[in-house]
Amino acid sequence: MSVAEAPGSEAALCEAIAAAHAAREPIAIEGHGTKRAMLRPVQAARLLSTRGLSGITLYRPAELVISARAGTPLPEIEAALAEHRQMLIAEPPDPRPLFGGELPATLGGVVAANLSGPRRIAWGGMRDHVLGIRAITGDGQLFRSGGRVLKNVTGLDLCKLLTGSFGTLGVLTEITLKVLPAPEATVTLAVEVPDIAAGVAVLSAGLGSPFGVTGAALWGGRALLRLEEVAESVRYRAGRLQALLAAHGPVRLIEAEESRALWRAIRDGQALAAAQEEAIWRISIAPSEAPRVAAALPWARLLFDWGGGLIWVAGPAEVARHRAVVAAAAGGSWMLFRAPDALRAAVEVIPPDPPALAAISARVKAVFDPAGVLNPGRMRAGG
Amino acid sequence: MIRLPDPKPEILARRPQILDGLARILPPDALIADPARLKPYETDGLAAYRQPPLAVVLPRSTEEVAAVLRFCHREGVRVIPRGAGTSLSGGALPLADAVVIGLMRMNRILEVNYADRYAVVEAGVTNLGITRAVEEEGFFYAPDPSSQLACMIGGNVMMNSGGAHCLKYGVTANNLLGLRFVTIEGEVIDIGGRYPDAAGYDWLGLITGSEGQLGVVTEVTVRILRAAEGARAMLAAFSSVPVAGQAVAAIIGSGIIPVALEFMDKPCIHACEAFAQAGYPLDAEALLIIEVEGSEAEQEALLARIRDICARFDPISLKVADSAEQSAAIWKGRKGAFGAIGRLSPDYLCMDGTIPTGELPRVLARIGELSQHYGLPVANVFHAGDGNLHPLIMFDANDPDSLRRAEAFGAEILKLCVEVGGCLTGEHGVGIEKRDLMGVQFSREELKLQRAIKSAFDPLWLLNPAKVFPLEDNPVLAA
Repeated sequence: MSVAEAPGSEAALCEAIAAAHAAREPIAIEGHGTKRAMLRPVQAARLLSTRGLSGITLYRPAELVISARAGTPLPEIEAALAEHRQMLIAEPPDPRPLFGGELPATLGGVVAANLSGPRRIAWGGMRDHVLGIRAITGDGQLFRSGGRVLKNVTGLDLCKLLTGSFGTLGVLTEITLKVLPAPEATVTLAVEVPDIAAGVAVLSAGLGSPFGVTGAALWGGRALLRLEEVAESVRYRAGRLQALLAAHGPVRLIEAEESRALWRAIRDGQALAAAQEEAIWRISIAPSEAPRVAAALPWARLLFDWGGGLIWVAGPAEVARHRAVVAAAAGGSWMLFRAPDALRAAVEVIPPDPPALAAISARVKAVFDPAGVLNPGRMRAGG
Repeated sequence: MIRLPDPKPEILARRPQILDGLARILPPDALIADPARLKPYETDGLAAYRQPPLAVVLPRSTEEVAAVLRFCHREGVRVIPRGAGTSLSGGALPLADAVVIGLMRMNRILEVNYADRYAVVEAGVTNLGITRAVEEEGFFYAPDPSSQLACMIGGNVMMNSGGAHCLKYGVTANNLLGLRFVTIEGEVIDIGGRYPDAAGYDWLGLITGSEGQLGVVTEVTVRILRAAEGARAMLAAFSSVPVAGQAVAAIIGSGIIPVALEFMDKPCIHACEAFAQAGYPLDAEALLIIEVEGSEAEQEALLARIRDICARFDPISLKVADSAEQSAAIWKGRKGAFGAIGRLSPDYLCMDGTIPTGELPRVLARIGELSQHYGLPVANVFHAGDGNLHPLIMFDANDPDSLRRAEAFGAEILKLCVEVGGCLTGEHGVGIEKRDLMGVQFSREELKLQRAIKSAFDPLWLLNPAKVFPLEDNPVLAA
């Protein structure tokens, strides 16, 4: 692929896309390109980046909203929020530990990939917090959806449709997110567990408690439950949870910075310790299915987040292993998250749509991108 | 009044054959054609508009819904999906040539799973019915629109309903995992599942809030949450609207997100106090109801912090509930607000714009001027944390001029919401009511894009037509 063009304005990006549309010339869309190895390789000779569109355009801490151009590096947004003791709610992963590279993710990239971290289980994912977008269709038309207010049901919700569409429906140019105050205090409760079923039972007990657990993961033989609250509440709730979980085994408290580092490792999938040549899958499924999924994949290294319902799988990048993951994920959803090009070009990387939905999907794709120039092949072969 | 498309004469002429066709695919008690029995379906929560439909069907299963849609699609008959008929925007208003699909008989709870924290329910289960089914185990379904006793989850999905507690718990879209969805061709599609974030396009997100434009939802998988240990409310009354607005900003700026943060202006305080005797201070210009959750000790600690913040803004009064009963009394006034206004005025229009919360003083001042201009009183309740404003415009429906002025006043308010950076509707939906204002918020091209997505699902525009999208530029209905 050639060097990325990075138009410095929304208007210039519109023109570049309109030109690609007119020439029927496929284009790969990216921000910093941190997640190029995610899903399928794009079939395009030309590369267009949103990195030229950068900067926070609106931040109203008292209204819990922030807007930034799509190419804004995520750390820049996180730093601005931290100054006002606020945070991105969905806790999106930093792609660098798994995908390598120096540059951080851009806002547009994490929204286009709908990437969410451990807090998703309590407070929703990226898709839940996108309040407004500006985006460009595949024929170069700028459009808006949503806005900059927390509650908005005016018209079809294209914010959610574009979130997680990997640049195949439109190119995001600016995004407005709901944000929340960062927690005053945090603590993690760790329970040693003999197996996956016992671990999921602990997570389920925590998430089914009235104590507002905001992280529930299973890693390294320990069930981990996170609390994030005002200081008084963290102390009180940790005590109550400890009592509640006592029947499952001894409970250890992991405090402050150690707790934060632990959840970063889980958030970024770093805890999987996957080698560069290995493949990584993400399965989303009802948590009580987790022991069955694990038993079906004896060769894999696993990390369980979201109460056991998000299963990170690492293992050899082979078609047979991929088929095993797909079979194990029956009843849930799955994604080939990262793999060498040979594997991800050879298989479906997300589940196929049922025929009636595939027909609708093709018509919706044609509405947004009539010539099919945006990120062809990114999510599905030929689409 | 909002214009509705002319009924298709060929459909009206074929009414007997259409009724026969429906009778062949449904049990006898699932088809209503008698004009007297159609009457209850002629309107919804936007009672100024009335139109009996061609027929009403009351299916009991997804298969029956699919059969009706297949039939209507083949015959070119328009379809209006309906839950409890509580829409405040006319979302379930029939057309003369349309079949209403009423989902109220699909009212079974199909599965509850506490370990995985979800429930699968049919579309006609009421919002509160879900919480009732799980509360013995300490769980609840979070979105709580004020019609929650009556409104149905299918309608909640279609309108993406909110409620007083969405500052903390989000709206319907944030509390769904999956849908069973029937297309206009009668194809049944399962969207999502019993887990979040299915890979691929977020159809769940697109369908939620689509106001019946894309298909009919027959089953819904919702997230259920364990309820907090307890909740308690406090009242804070202020001498001016801007000061109350500053107090709201200071609370949120302090890092506390109350589970609810409600605002009432003076006319609303007076109406609610007369109705509920909740102990609201009558000399206040603005009143906040602030609710927090947790154990007794956590409630004390959070309310103490909030009380200290409010105290910096010279409150007229601060009252923290001592008990669950006092909390309930504080809420009683707010929850009865619509009823209280109903006692003051024969009719009222409940508006539903959202504004950036910092714009509240300016917007309320302008609404006051408009109230003078149109000669109609208005009371304002406001979800202060999320900016969702509900002006209640009082008028007399028996006086056509009063209705005309009320509609014009409402339209001015919604235009104002958009002008200050907000939107036309925060939780009630566009429906019929706000259809012709869509051009205020969206460009012609943006509306064209949204219509094209509708067409991708429903090329013949048979599903709930003439709602949401203005009729001009319509590829099918404008002709």
